[in-house]
Amino acid sequence: MNFRLRVWRQKSSDEKGRLVDYDAPDISPNTSFLEMLDIVNERLIERGEEPIAFDSDCREGICGTCSLTINGEAHGPSHPGAACQLYMRRFTDGETITVEPFRARPFHFIKDLVVNRGALDRIVQAGGFISARAGSAPEANSIPVPKHDADRAMEAAACIGCGACAAACPNGSAMLFTSAKVSHLAFLPQGHPERVTRALRMVSAMDAEGFGNCTNTYECEAVCPAEISASFIAKLNREFARASFAKKLGD
Amino acid sequence: MIVAVTGVILVLFVIGHLLGNLQIFLGPEWINSYAQHLRDLGGFLWAIRLFLLIAVLLHIYYTIWLAIENRRARGSYREREPVKASFASRHMAMSGLIILAFIFYHLAHFTVRVTDPRFALLKADPLNRYDVYSMMVYGFQNVIVSAFYVLAMFLLALHLSHGASSFFQSLGLNDKKLTPRLARIGRVVAWLIFIGYTSIPVAVLLGLVKPAQQL
Repeated sequence: MNFRLRVWRQKSSDEKGRLVDYDAPDISPNTSFLEMLDIVNERLIERGEEPIAFDSDCREGICGTCSLTINGEAHGPSHPGAACQLYMRRFTDGETITVEPFRARPFHFIKDLVVNRGALDRIVQAGGFISARAGSAPEANSIPVPKHDADRAMEAAACIGCGACAAACPNGSAMLFTSAKVSHLAFLPQGHPERVTRALRMVSAMDAEGFGNCTNTYECEAVCPAEISASFIAKLNREFARASFAKKLGD
Repeated sequence: MIVAVTGVILVLFVIGHLLGNLQIFLGPEWINSYAQHLRDLGGFLWAIRLFLLIAVLLHIYYTIWLAIENRRARGSYREREPVKASFASRHMAMSGLIILAFIFYHLAHFTVRVTDPRFALLKADPLNRYDVYSMMVYGFQNVIVSAFYVLAMFLLALHLSHGASSFFQSLGLNDKKLTPRLARIGRVVAWLIFIGYTSIPVAVLLGLVKPAQQL
């Protein structure tokens, strides 16, 4: 298959970036999007040009490192799935494909298609530790967890932290990410001792990083490769209201 | 949260106001006495008006503030394709501001009554009450007035098709199963409100509702 790529090239955050056109001929339909970029890069290197910088790691949709906005959609047109799980057969022969990095103000630009998503890590750090016993696995029935709660906790824990939610959000909001992180511990008894402080701290860390506010457009859940539901945002709103109330009473 | 709560207050007002207005189809006797009852509330009516005014101001103040923050936070893409976000959800500020302009006009038109000189010629109805019925009919006989009214109601329905159900999400009063249902109900309610409000100028322009008195 043959493609024409329009790729965002920018040396650093100090310089102005622009979309540069590249031809990508002779691509197998079974090539993944990232492999296609590898092939294009090899050809660029052969010609003595600077290869396109992009993030990737596991290339099987579990690490959350790839962060491409393809044809205006975070992770490209195939949802749910990360950019690494996108195959070129999903596109039509001869198609022009635009590739940009994940963009949101808290994602600081590094190079070409690479941005720093440390803001998400700092939200998780703000949540702090849980005071559950570490070490060898406890006896399975010592802490009963209802099936429904266990299921929801696992659903929320599926978040791979890629940041597609914030990149796709018209408000640059990381509510889906934060809601998944707050919810998966809030559903479990092990997460209960720090439930109040965790919700409050993570929300204020999210605001401090400069993420926007949720206006319920649900773009986030549409692009989420882990299929995190926006109903977790409602859960976060509940947790935050509950925590604010508990804090008021506590003080 | 403040946006959601004030939004609900305003949606309830919009529904109540619609039910009041639809009494025009029951004839002058009904709607004139309804209007008289409202006016007889006296101080209480002003309390309601003040309450609504505060709700409107808070709703606008916080949404503008949010819109500025959100605009600052979002990435500036060269190309962006909405995947799921509805047209309504992406244009809440636009629809909201035009509705605000309409509210100013609407109050000047029917409440303060400064825009239409013919309203001054209206006589009291046989029971010596203000003839709201004829005022509405004469008001809507103007095609431009009616057209702006219908446009504003269209934008209101658009605004509410996202806003009416958004409330549940913002306050966390839903779950995975309930969310799509609430969204559907919200859209249906929004467009019922549109049909309800629009039916009045349409009926007047078609001549189905005639003034109770000649000017």
